Parts: sequence; structure tokens; C-alpha cells
Amino acid sequence: MKWKTNNLLFIHVTRIVAFLILTFSIYLFFAGHDDPGGGFIGGLMTACSVLLLYLTFDKRKIDEMLPINYVYLIPAGLLIAFGTGFLGILFADPYLTQYFDYFTLPWIGEFELATAVLFDVGIYLGVAASALVIIVTIAGDE
Amino acid sequence: MIFETIMIVFLSIKALAILLCFIRVMMGPTMSDRALALDTVGLLLIGFVGSIMIIHETVAYADIVVVIGILACLGSIAIAKYLERGVIFDRH
Repeated sequence: MKWKTNNLLFIHVTRIVAFLILTFSIYLFFAGHDDPGGGFIGGLMTACSVLLLYLTFDKRKIDEMLPINYVYLIPAGLLIAFGTGFLGILFADPYLTQYFDYFTLPWIGEFELATAVLFDVGIYLGVAASALVIIVTIAGDE
Repeated sequence: MIFETIMIVFLSIKALAILLCFIRVMMGPTMSDRALALDTVGLLLIGFVGSIMIIHETVAYADIVVVIGILACLGSIAIAKYLERGVIFDRH
């Protein structure tokens, strides 16, 4: 089994589809406010797009392309999710209280900004990083 | 009334098909049968969620259809690569 197969179609489809999945994950992340979606499934879809890159190209090339140690992203995400809860305490409200307001932005119109998005960023980082750590550790085992 | 009956029969047939595919996954003679049956389970789930969207008259589940499609596709690619190469991630 030393001969190399030339999966040209797979490589070229992956170059487009991986970024489509990444775009879809960002859409799911922002749709999570009042539609199905949110930080958890957005993070899982991000992990899927990176996993597709890992499946197509070899591991060393992707490690050069994405020089991120995913292990450090897990506590960073957890700290963001934990720390944004203290915004409520600063304004003398219960822990994890969310604040939202409507703003009128140019070209977009009326837009709702909420502090729950910051909490979701933490969930997103934690889920994406832990899924990638699990997959890369198990599949990259010698 | 006739519409609901048709949809119930349709969902029952689809659930039966998923059950048959699951039996094929459990007792498939070769690994290729299992991979094909798992991919078919994903496609049948897409049809299942789509018909539930018709029954509930909503488009809110459209994201779920795309997510199931992506996951089934990735799983099939990983299993096919493992069967052909013996590894999931190349390293060389």
C-alpha cells in the first residue's frame, strides 16, 4: 500500500466546501439568538470544516497552515464564558443577566446588540477547540 | 384529514427504512455495506426532517437538514478513506 492515489476531485471540492461549511457555521452562530443555532452547533460546524481539511490534506500541511494549539483555546473560551457573567454583578443584577438594546446602524438599519453574544463566543471557542483536540488526538495517534 | 393520513404513512415507511438500514449496519457482511447503510441513514433522516417541516408548515428546521447533510457526508468520507488507505490522517 505504498502507492499514492491521486484524488484530484476530492482535493478541489474540499477547497470550496470547507469554506462553505465555515460560512455556514458563522451563520449558525449569529442565528442562534432567536432561531435554531447558537455557539454549540456553530463550534461543531467549525470543527467539521477543519476536520475536512485534515481529511483531505496531510496533517503536517494543516499544522503549518493553522499554527494554533487548540488546547489553549479551551480555557480561553471557558474564561470568556465565565467572565461575561460578571457583567450582571457590575450593574447590581443577578449573575449571568443579559442586557440588550436596539441600535440603528448605517446600511443595516435597526439592529439588536446583546451581551449574550459574548457568552456565546466563549461557548463557540470551547466547543470547537475541544472537538478538534479529541479528533486530532484520537486520529493522529501512532 | 387525508393529508395527515398520507404523512403518517409516509413517516412510518421512512422509519421502517431507517430500521432496516440500522439492521444492515449491525449485521453487514463487509465494512462497505456498513458505510453505505450509514450514509443512507443520513439521507433518510434528511427526508424525515423535511417531511416534518411540511407537517408543521415551517422552515425553521432547514438548518438541521444542512447540518445532518454535512455530518453524513463527512462521516462517509472518513469511513471511505479509512477503508481504502487504512489511516484517517495522512502523515508523510
